[in-house]
Amino acid sequence: MAYDKFNILTSTAVPLPIENVDTDQLIPARFLKATERVGFGDNLFRDWRYNPDNTPKKDFVLNNPVYSGKILVGGKNFGSGSSREHAAWSVYDYGFRCVVSSFFADIFRNNCLNIGVLPVQVSAEFSEKIFAAIFADPNTELEVNLPDQTITLLATGEKETFEISPYKKDNMLNGFDDIDYLQSIKPEIEQFALQLPL
Amino acid sequence: MSKTLFDKVWDTHVVRKIEGGPDVLFIDRHLIHEVTSPVAFLGLKSRGITVLYPERTFATADHNTPTIDQHLPVADPLSANQLKALESNSNEYGISHWGLGHQKNGIVHVVGPEYGITQPGATIVCGDSHTSTHGAFGAIAFGIGTSEVEMVLSTQCIMQPKPKKMRINVNGKLGIGVTPKDVALFIISQLTTSGATGYFVEYAGDVFENMSMEGRMTVCNLSIEMGARGGMIAPDETTIEYVKGREFSPKGEAWDRALAYYKTLKTDPDAVFDKELVFDGSSIEPMITYGTNPGMGMGISHDIPDAAHAEGGAATYAKSLGYMGFSEGESMIGKKVDFVFVGSCTNGRIEDFRAFTSIVKGRHKAEDVTVWLVPGSHIVEAQIKEEGLLDILNEAGFTLRQPGCSACLAMNDDKIPAGKYAVSTSNRNFEGRQGPGSRTMLASPLVAAAAAVTGVVTDPRTLIEKVEELV
Repeated sequence: MAYDKFNILTSTAVPLPIENVDTDQLIPARFLKATERVGFGDNLFRDWRYNPDNTPKKDFVLNNPVYSGKILVGGKNFGSGSSREHAAWSVYDYGFRCVVSSFFADIFRNNCLNIGVLPVQVSAEFSEKIFAAIFADPNTELEVNLPDQTITLLATGEKETFEISPYKKDNMLNGFDDIDYLQSIKPEIEQFALQLPL
Repeated sequence: MSKTLFDKVWDTHVVRKIEGGPDVLFIDRHLIHEVTSPVAFLGLKSRGITVLYPERTFATADHNTPTIDQHLPVADPLSANQLKALESNSNEYGISHWGLGHQKNGIVHVVGPEYGITQPGATIVCGDSHTSTHGAFGAIAFGIGTSEVEMVLSTQCIMQPKPKKMRINVNGKLGIGVTPKDVALFIISQLTTSGATGYFVEYAGDVFENMSMEGRMTVCNLSIEMGARGGMIAPDETTIEYVKGREFSPKGEAWDRALAYYKTLKTDPDAVFDKELVFDGSSIEPMITYGTNPGMGMGISHDIPDAAHAEGGAATYAKSLGYMGFSEGESMIGKKVDFVFVGSCTNGRIEDFRAFTSIVKGRHKAEDVTVWLVPGSHIVEAQIKEEGLLDILNEAGFTLRQPGCSACLAMNDDKIPAGKYAVSTSNRNFEGRQGPGSRTMLASPLVAAAAAVTGVVTDPRTLIEKVEELV
């Protein structure tokens, strides 16, 4: 599925300083029954966001009008658990284009990159600074610069660089995905398959 | 150059390496189920592309299926729709489909090995993180997202950077009542849920060498719970004995060729790992989790650690214990149990039911406990009956449900109610995993059995009279 190209994103951010946020929290399994990619943003963090009677939980950050933006800042080991791409879809469909954490779970990070959400891994120290800055001023902005691979706290100018493979970077900048690439080398794949041991 | 088992299998499957990018990895076997595949098929249609090798993909319905009255139409319209989508997509592209009611239907990671789809030295993926299960055969097996399901359907390849390599050695004799599940929960408690992120694990040492294939599958299944993409164990005689003659295993000359390949599948003596860990198997006791991730586990006789000794921040730890209704320093022994679940791709195999039965035999189900026993497949279900386990279970007040993922992720009606406590042989104790508000304690089938007959968390070793009864 096509996604919007990513270049430089300047936005306020939503802070979620909880560690080990797992994919069952991002999107509980009972919301995985769709056969199309629709409605996932509405159920992002469903059980942290809503009471059993579907009224919003006032103390959860997504229900706090003070915080908004296209960047979600999470605690360490963000996205652990299941391989459900629905978790990344929920993040994207809610309106986030970037997730910042000091550590990402492997499959979630990969899924994000495949659907146009940029995972930005920062140091634990910088993560603390970002949280402190947002809590001090919810209107503070972050700049995520993909071409330069930097993330900057605009209020102070403090910045860090982040890692992304040149291949994935090129994909994100242009809105390409892996299927486009794989389709282009199909004859090579078919040739390769002939010599496999199994 | 010396290679690890992982290197050998990976390198054999690299179609091409991309400069500054991932490897293009060929996938031998692709397993699909109803939840993570529909959007991938939609993607094929919207791009106007098709399935390249339908004979390399196998579909089974498991996540959403009911575990009682499977002969009746599925009541939940959304679940029914997903099951129908799997069937129609499979039929349209010529993919083997083992839907609800099919004799081969069952949990994808249970039926794959049972029918010989899982092969040593293969690359195996599925849109499910517990695909790591198949690593028990010396395969590279891991979970993928739906975009990647579409990649595999259309080109039989995915694009992955080669992970780092870790070897976890466990040697020594396991104590009485200590099962493969306990070994895995122990390792995860030592590494935490992120301790192996970025790595592919090889399990080595005599504890794994002496394990059955079922036990190895339980261990490899849980690799993802410490963040690893997958875990694998070098194939040996036990592996080959298991694989030989199964429906989709190679036959005749193809078997001879496969066997020659299997024999190459071991880590060279001087191969180097990025990280190597050693544990003493004799120090492991039956495990139980007390928190909301699988890393929050401990020996069942221990007390819940205080925040100062816990991994992660105090706020996260307090949130977790608060959710469970537990406090630092408490013992888990004697905690009330409302539900017991035995099943899932982690512990839904015949050995798990043998272990459960060994404890409940001659005892009776505790009055206030609801117990769900869910075999992983029809083969497991049939074995339970043939071996006479069902009679023992019935006599002790238990009944058997029908195969499926069931309360492991509670997508069907098998949900633990809010606030209730479950001892579960599944793989995740995340908040709400087994139903909104449910509280999960992960443990082995023996610990589950001890809870089922006493109604509280109980050290199964106190109920084991005859050692030889145990697997």
